Amino acid sequence: MEDRIQLRKLNKKDVVLLLLLVGAAAALLAWFWFGHQEKGAMVEVTVDGELYGTYPLKENREIPITSQTSRNGKEAVNYLVISDGSADMVQADCPDKLCVRQAAISHVGETIICLPNRVVVTITGEEAALTDTTIH
Amino acid sequence: MRQRNKGTTAALLGMMLALALLCSYIETLLPLPLPVPGIKIGLANLVVLTALYLLGAKEAFAVSLARIILSGFLFGNMFAVVYSLAGGILSFCVMLLLKQVWKYHILTVSVAGGISHNLGQLLVAALVVENANLLYYMSVLFFSGLATGAVIGLISREVILRLNEIGGTK
Repeated sequence: MEDRIQLRKLNKKDVVLLLLLVGAAAALLAWFWFGHQEKGAMVEVTVDGELYGTYPLKENREIPITSQTSRNGKEAVNYLVISDGSADMVQADCPDKLCVRQAAISHVGETIICLPNRVVVTITGEEAALTDTTIH
Repeated sequence: MRQRNKGTTAALLGMMLALALLCSYIETLLPLPLPVPGIKIGLANLVVLTALYLLGAKEAFAVSLARIILSGFLFGNMFAVVYSLAGGILSFCVMLLLKQVWKYHILTVSVAGGISHNLGQLLVAALVVENANLLYYMSVLFFSGLATGAVIGLISREVILRLNEIGGTK
């Protein structure tokens, strides 16, 4: 009965699948590491999937991002600060504050996310810098 | 344990649920210094896996479900429960498939469980914020799911082999 349960020995198919998964993990990590070297130009903020504003990284700025928190619909504010070419979440009205703990971002594709308030901050590159649309 | 009936199974499940909740609590004490929300050691999966191999699918699923919901109440973050649930349910289905249908080894089952748990959470998060940029985290979560799954799988194996006398493996 124990061979049915596969507790003791690894079979060939286990080795195959595990190697596949390790390979996939390595590939993803390489993509992650090498794919995020490009210095960004703009900071793009979306709330609930809709564009809140785009701001140039080179201008120091404090951005209060207002949203409606998931918990009770009350207004919540996340404070994003752009300084020295990087963007960082310094304060937030949310239960876990994970967004604040996330490190400052400056490369294209990097993100800071506040899940409870559905706020996503992304760095975009030069091409997107053609339009500097600051909505808020 | 000489005799296994509904009573002893219920008691055993209760104990496992308590252990799983303890695992969740321990995880709240260890803030992993990674810039990604949702990376956990998945210690509770140790209990779920053990239940899966020693007691069966329904029992293990019950422990998993109850653990996720109760830890939301207990450790103060009801908001995160929906993400945990998504990850937990996906992970359980994947593990069940790999174990029962495709007959993979427990290590493989645990690794697949760890990976799918993280991916499930990530997918739901991306849906909720309506933004695919989140998938930027996929690589980190994939790797951590794999690594933690491997460790948990190895530990589970040792536990299950030694707890065998409870009633044989399923």
